[in-house]
Amino acid sequence: MSTRAVNAVRDAFRRMAEVDAGPSGLNCILWSDEPYALADAAAVDALPSAGVLAGIPFVAKDNIATTHLQTTCGSRILEGYVSPYEATVITRLRDAGAVLVGKTNCDEFAMGSSNENSAYGPVLNPIRRSRVPGGSSGGSAASVAAGIVRIALGSETGGSVRQPASYCGIVGVKPTYGRVSRFGLVAFASSLDQVGVFGTTVSDAALALEVIAGRDARDATSADRPVDSYRAAATKDLAGVVIGRPREYFPATLDPSILRLCDRALDALRARGATVRDVSLPHTDLAIPVYYIIAPAEASSNLARFDGVRYGLRIDAKGLREMYDATRTRGFGAEVTRRILLGTYVLSAGYYDAYYRKAQQVRTLIAKDFRDVFDSGVHLLFTPTTPTTAFEFGAKSDPYEMYLNDIFTATANLAGVPAISVPIGDVDGLPAGGQLIARHFDEQTMFRGAFALEAARAESQ
Amino acid sequence: MSAVTDRYEMVVGLEVHVQLLTRTKAFCSCDASYGAPPNANTCPVCLALPGALPVLNEEAVRLAVRAALALDCTINETSIFARKNYFYPDLPKGYQISQFDRPLAEHGKLEIGTSADGAPVTVRITRVHMEEDAGKSIHDRFPGATAIDLNRSGVPLIEIVSEPDMRSAREAGAYLRALKQVIEYTGVSDANMEEGSLRVDANVSARLRGETTLGTKTEVKNMNSFSGVERALEVEFVRQCELLASGGTVHQQTMLWDANRGEVRPARSKEQSHDYRYFPEPDLPPLVLSRAWIDRVRAELPELPGAKQKRFAADYKLAPAEIEVLTADAQLAAYFEESVRAGADAKAAANWVIRDVRQLLNSGADLATLRLRPVALAQLLTMVRDGTVSHAAATRIFSIAAEIGDAPIDIARREGLLQERRADALAGWVDQVLAENPDEAARFRGGEKKLLGVLVGQVMKLSKGRADPKAVNQLLSERAAGGK
Repeated sequence: MSTRAVNAVRDAFRRMAEVDAGPSGLNCILWSDEPYALADAAAVDALPSAGVLAGIPFVAKDNIATTHLQTTCGSRILEGYVSPYEATVITRLRDAGAVLVGKTNCDEFAMGSSNENSAYGPVLNPIRRSRVPGGSSGGSAASVAAGIVRIALGSETGGSVRQPASYCGIVGVKPTYGRVSRFGLVAFASSLDQVGVFGTTVSDAALALEVIAGRDARDATSADRPVDSYRAAATKDLAGVVIGRPREYFPATLDPSILRLCDRALDALRARGATVRDVSLPHTDLAIPVYYIIAPAEASSNLARFDGVRYGLRIDAKGLREMYDATRTRGFGAEVTRRILLGTYVLSAGYYDAYYRKAQQVRTLIAKDFRDVFDSGVHLLFTPTTPTTAFEFGAKSDPYEMYLNDIFTATANLAGVPAISVPIGDVDGLPAGGQLIARHFDEQTMFRGAFALEAARAESQ
Repeated sequence: MSAVTDRYEMVVGLEVHVQLLTRTKAFCSCDASYGAPPNANTCPVCLALPGALPVLNEEAVRLAVRAALALDCTINETSIFARKNYFYPDLPKGYQISQFDRPLAEHGKLEIGTSADGAPVTVRITRVHMEEDAGKSIHDRFPGATAIDLNRSGVPLIEIVSEPDMRSAREAGAYLRALKQVIEYTGVSDANMEEGSLRVDANVSARLRGETTLGTKTEVKNMNSFSGVERALEVEFVRQCELLASGGTVHQQTMLWDANRGEVRPARSKEQSHDYRYFPEPDLPPLVLSRAWIDRVRAELPELPGAKQKRFAADYKLAPAEIEVLTADAQLAAYFEESVRAGADAKAAANWVIRDVRQLLNSGADLATLRLRPVALAQLLTMVRDGTVSHAAATRIFSIAAEIGDAPIDIARREGLLQERRADALAGWVDQVLAENPDEAARFRGGEKKLLGVLVGQVMKLSKGRADPKAVNQLLSERAAGGK
């Protein structure tokens, strides 16, 4: 009998103990249970035939439902909550032989870009601990970057996988909307949310996505389309691939160091046979305003269920209205409260047309930008993932300044297209990511570009 | 009605919620049936656990479309689910999945009767949309606490919204009865108001007769029977009329009907209109139905009450009151028609079904399992018509057949209920009666004709109903004439 899984899980917990625990630890794992994970691993080792992920430990963001470990979404309001059912993505990874070793810290209900909004304290960036790991899936990104696991699940609403992947120097994927089941992903903004994956390498991310992708009868928005072999994209060069360089993603104000890394990456893509073409996505500057209407609107409704009635925190009070007030005031942090209020406002009678309806109309224009550029013969778009590298804790106290961090990533969520962040180099010792965006359900070409970027960087080092 | 109300006209529109008869709930596979222990029929989806997602029940769509087609609606090939947001403990998600600006169906109509001049009275249906039910708050079970039962959470409903086309409480009642009948005919719901599978909210306003613009309406809720709806409308109408007549204004608000006191009172402010912050439900794609699928559902529709009533009038020449009773229930109508097809005279069959069959049903029998099948009823009626049994005997045969299901002719034989028409047997009875009643016999023979009935009755009694009364009549008259 193999001991592969057990050994790998032991290693993961050893690494976790080294980097995560204690006051100076990364604080990336919120919930874990070593004996339970080892038992799971032993069961995998005992299976006669190994799955494609047999014995590979993984962690999952704390907004993905798991049946043994808590699912708190980084919030007080769900402290102690254990889901009686398991998310489809967890089941698929476990069925392939992967072993869940921990639930990761995140911005509360996935709302944030720095992991400073967790009720359980911030996650530190393993590359430099004075810096944020990015967010909202900062704990998952840090777990991979710190070497606890090779693959991790996060969730994306406006860049919550790609941005921390960029800040932590790893690979992060946001699949096409509908490519991966959302069943068991605690909803933030349902029309934007998608489970994403982190990997130490493009290949790890490709493998994990292959396993979790595909139709799930329990998610009506999951697509009934075959899943390609994303790892197969590794064998190909980029002959015949046309890559668009959208000018709106390279503003004059872009950090010159980031610009330099991007130019170098584009050169590398050209060297592998790709053609690079300047393109335009004219509605890009509207993405952040639109995102911060649609996402809070849906969030205000999605978070209504946390009312103290059936599960999670309840602060008793003299009447029903008072119980709601006390529970939600105490249970939600400042950013979540802000977005619920914002979302409630934009859906209110008299404001709906001016805000929500208008935002949906602009959203269709943003999606059309992508369609037009892909219809013009472009296969992939290349952009920086973020305007800067990881910033210091407390650096962005103004919410709007924080929101601008999603400026290059939120568009893919609004349009529903797949995107990946791949490390393209360092600026003063801090990693930066390059983003490849593809047509709906063309993860294959996206991975093809990502493998090329990764290979070019390996050669240059 | 007071004089003041005579100057005003009532305007009513109704919103009717109907629970669809699906096996499972609208968005999960939980059992949708009634009567399970509290919270037994629940799952992560209908409990709104974090991360759970709705998946639409196709059978609910089929039933909703079936009902909408029966109400002559246009089905929208694309309709959109929307979230109706409000906080209440028995609404686990904090929103109800419903439909808002793009409902399943629109522009229907329902005939509710005929006016004095014989023209059909029609109520227009604004829309039919799909939604899910909430759970139940139980306030009177545990002292100081409210209990929540989520068995009903997520059970599929349709809401049928009418135009403000009704002008009296009586018309509102007629609309509800016609609607219930259509719903029952199509089999999409039990449509039982007492059990809550049909619920009615009424929008009512008053205006001076001759006015064409609508007055300010109130919404009246909390009625639990059709007659309750009618009474509540009358009471609310009087309240509005008196308010208007004294120079006051009606406020748009929700009124609750108190059936025990026969009063309406304004709902508490939190039961008043909310800002529901509707927006398209992102967890469910638009509902897209193909023309071909809609046509298939249409083709499966049964004959509807209005069409059946017209056909019964034309084919069977029955009175309107008879048609109304026979077509109130599709099964009863089918029973009647089957007996006619088996040879029964339509008029006689109608009489027997309306009186005797319905009496059995009222005492708890079920038409589907009734032992007296329509063919047997037809045989029995033929036996009455050709004089094989008397009417009185037929009534007995009917109740025996209903109980044990034997053929009427066999019952008649076994019970000795066949009408006696042999001359010698009849003559024997007649002579015996005349002999035993010499006084009456003498007077009858002397020309006192009115004694005929008494004597016939005596003969019938003596024969235990088996004598053919016509023949007895004949025979006695002969005896009187012959002086024998």
